[in-house]
Amino acid sequence: MTSTNPQQPGIFAGLAAIARRDILLAWKRPGDVLNPLFFFAMVCTLFPLAVGPSAEQLIFSGPGVLWVAALLATLLSLNTLFMSDHEDGSLDQMLVSPQPLPVLALGKTLAHWLISGLPLVLISPLLALTYRMPGDVVGVLMLTLLLGTICLSLLGSIGAALTVGLHTGTALLSLLILPLAMPVLLLGANTVSLAAGNDIYATGIWALGAYAVAALSLAPYATAAALRISSE
Amino acid sequence: MTAKLSASELTLIRGETCLFQDLGFALNPGELLLLEGQNGSGKTSLMRSIAGLLSLETGEIFWNDEPVSRQRQEFHGSLVWLAHRTGLKGDLTLVENLRFEGILRPQADVDQGAIFERLEISRLKSLPLRSLSAGQQRRVALARMLLADVPLWLMDEPFTNLDRDGRKLVVQLVEEHLEAGGMCVMAAHQDIDINATINRVAL
Repeated sequence: MTSTNPQQPGIFAGLAAIARRDILLAWKRPGDVLNPLFFFAMVCTLFPLAVGPSAEQLIFSGPGVLWVAALLATLLSLNTLFMSDHEDGSLDQMLVSPQPLPVLALGKTLAHWLISGLPLVLISPLLALTYRMPGDVVGVLMLTLLLGTICLSLLGSIGAALTVGLHTGTALLSLLILPLAMPVLLLGANTVSLAAGNDIYATGIWALGAYAVAALSLAPYATAAALRISSE
Repeated sequence: MTAKLSASELTLIRGETCLFQDLGFALNPGELLLLEGQNGSGKTSLMRSIAGLLSLETGEIFWNDEPVSRQRQEFHGSLVWLAHRTGLKGDLTLVENLRFEGILRPQADVDQGAIFERLEISRLKSLPLRSLSAGQQRRVALARMLLADVPLWLMDEPFTNLDRDGRKLVVQLVEEHLEAGGMCVMAAHQDIDINATINRVAL
């Protein structure tokens, strides 16, 4: 004990530290990160093989398939968000740390998005090619996926926090999250479809952006509250 | 009430069993609070309640005469918890683990190398923690405790997995911490020989 009122580390330092630690952990175990990405790529490439190469059909179904696959891939990766922290006791250490819990939860969610959301966005143009998507529509697809995966990571963190001690797997988590994720899927897929049909699509992007901002400001608090309940 | 850490009328019910009822204690700088009891008697639950992880049926825990629930962040900034599960990442090395911990809570201005030497873990610095033995991992958790600049130590079964030298070292560390004006809450099911003012709570 050197002083009675030691300097507390800042909250952004805490956010950055936990995000960096999770990314470092993912780096040491790349398999966990690549699984959802493979899933996304596989669904998107198998679908055209199954329905046939008709250009009309592919252009029509492309946005929907890409979006559903992205949603499911994100759900797959959410299950493990807090699980290892719960098992090795570092979740408890997070709960008794002087850092605000919502900030730490946000840091973990940020890392999750960087590890599993962003790669989906980045490989989506490649997969969009299989659906004969024109270049400007690919841009719209990437923008909607960018906003959409942010929403899904944030919403998913609430579900992951609620189910952390339960060992029920992905089923319960998906059931909890799907009603909240439905608007994201509808907005995302329909915006891309509208763009593909040369229709006005900007509204959808604004709405997705609004959803992302709302999730960003509310989800960390819900996740923190859920974590406290789960570790009682 | 003038004690630094105190509690009164604590009752905790888990499921259908009442783990403790109307329990109270007081702890001042330089003192050790020893939680004694059989396996499953609620030592860890009491520890978790003190740390604010379990909500109590009745009663309140006070830090500086203020309820902990009203100053959670300040209270958590004054404690470090050596839990049964170490809370360290097996995939990361000792240095990576402690660097992360160092950003979460205030750090003491001490020589890290000297602490590693004393805990005999300095040659394990670059190994991932999962390749260390349970006792060695325990020592890393102790290093985290020593590096934090906090007055209150919560120690849940600190002697688990440690060899005789390790157990002796823990006793020494606690004595030094108390002498410097620190406080310690310890759950133990075995007799311990610590030279300090000991308040006992039997569960």
